[in-house]
Amino acid sequence: MTDRIFNADTTPVLALGYRFQWEPAQDCYVLLYPEGMVKLNPAAGEILKRVSEKKQTVGELIAELKEAFNGADLDDDVYQFLEEAHDNDWIRPE
Amino acid sequence: MTTTGSDQNKAPGSTGGAVGMNVRDSIRQPLWLLAELTYACPLQCPYCSNPMDFASVKKELTTEEWINVFRQAREMGATQLGLSGGEPLTRPDLIELIREARNLGFYTNLITSGVGLNADKAKEFKEAGLDHIQVSFQASSEDLNNLIAGTDAFQHKIEMAKAVKAAGYPMVLCFVTHRQNIDKIDEILDLAINLDADYVELATTQYYGWAMHNRDQLLPMKEQLVRAEAIAHEYQEKQKGNMKIYYVVPDYYEDRPKACMNGWGNVFLTVTPDGTALPCHAARELPGMELPNVKDLSIKEIWEGSNDFNRFRGFDWMKEPCRSCDEKEKDFGGCRCQAYMLTGDPAMADPVCTKSPDHHLILEAIENGRQEAEKPADIAKPLVFRNPKNSKEICGL
Ligand code: SF4
Ligand code: SF4
Repeated sequence: MTDRIFNADTTPVLALGYRFQWEPAQDCYVLLYPEGMVKLNPAAGEILKRVSEKKQTVGELIAELKEAFNGADLDDDVYQFLEEAHDNDWIRPE
Repeated sequence: MTTTGSDQNKAPGSTGGAVGMNVRDSIRQPLWLLAELTYACPLQCPYCSNPMDFASVKKELTTEEWINVFRQAREMGATQLGLSGGEPLTRPDLIELIREARNLGFYTNLITSGVGLNADKAKEFKEAGLDHIQVSFQASSEDLNNLIAGTDAFQHKIEMAKAVKAAGYPMVLCFVTHRQNIDKIDEILDLAINLDADYVELATTQYYGWAMHNRDQLLPMKEQLVRAEAIAHEYQEKQKGNMKIYYVVPDYYEDRPKACMNGWGNVFLTVTPDGTALPCHAARELPGMELPNVKDLSIKEIWEGSNDFNRFRGFDWMKEPCRSCDEKEKDFGGCRCQAYMLTGDPAMADPVCTKSPDHHLILEAIENGRQEAEKPADIAKPLVFRNPKNSKEICGL
């Protein structure tokens, strides 16, 4: 990975035209975009759920996840995922 | 409507590998519903992929019937809905259909020529839940000159492209390329940059329906493609992070066929204006199709039980060389409609494949196109335009 896009104070938002939703038929969260779909694994789903539901900084988002998942140490995973998601053009910093 | 090569590349499932599982591991279910709402269209593109005999279709599904189709497909797991045609804007109930589709949870794509669109409608559709409008530039070479020069007729399209973005959609432009306009690819891309487009699809004409009828006039030449491809790649590099450019090589110039529809009856479901359900929008022309209709059967019955949808599922139907080929899971033997149109047998390998005994048919088509291109304009075959009059005449309706 080259330059990092996100730090604790950046607010990630879904890129234009992307929609996040739960798909009962797939039994997973998905990202929908013009003529395409990505199925998300549970961890990616939990992160993007928070990105799509409300505007908050990465710091706040991590705090919320920690609370939901018993204080697990997940900072690195979240940052890594956000950078990947950005590389894929799914999200952008606000 | 125009079939774009990249539809298949961007289809749900082909991108599914990014995170998580591959779609082929899961139970077969339709993911993509293409609703061809109408064959009515104010334009007459000679590369339209609608069937030649479209004028024979008189009765379109009603609003309720369409909504019923949407609901059933959604229940089976479809996530993407393409509202297409013809020109979908000619349906007075379009906004209602959009609203219902969105309530059902579809990602709704409107595939339009922009004719009949205005800024207010773009906004109203957005409020009704439309996710994405693709404005297609169905320009012939002459039209294209007008377009690039910005004359009145095309000023409207440009205005519409801007209105789409102003209403909060990503700007997705689709240019259908063929021999008569592909040399202008750099001007096309400059125009897209000026418009601040988010996605540009350089969709190569695919030879079905009207396009097949006009193939000698439309098939680009090798040297044109080499140039176009180089330019497209150059712009792709330069526009990284700004504008996504999809460029697909016409399959006639490939060694292997496209994985048509991601496999027959695998993820795609097309419903035509009169309610006929098809595994792909060109399949109506295949011999021996039973053409089940959504007015008589449920989508589930059609998808799982109909002969049409089961006909080329899996690999058992294959003949040699596909049957024993180690690449069959990659391309499923290519396109059934192309195999039929070119060889007369829909179970043959797609002649695009260099392993196909019929590959020479592709080479001959390319050669015919070249000979046609080299003829002086006054003796060259004229393009046949897609309109009800030609449809009736050619198909003896
Ligand atoms: S005539 Fe042109 S605009 Fe109309 S449906 Fe066909 S390709 Fe689309
Ligand atoms: S022989 Fe058939 S399966 Fe093998 S690559 Fe060619 S089209 Fe595909």
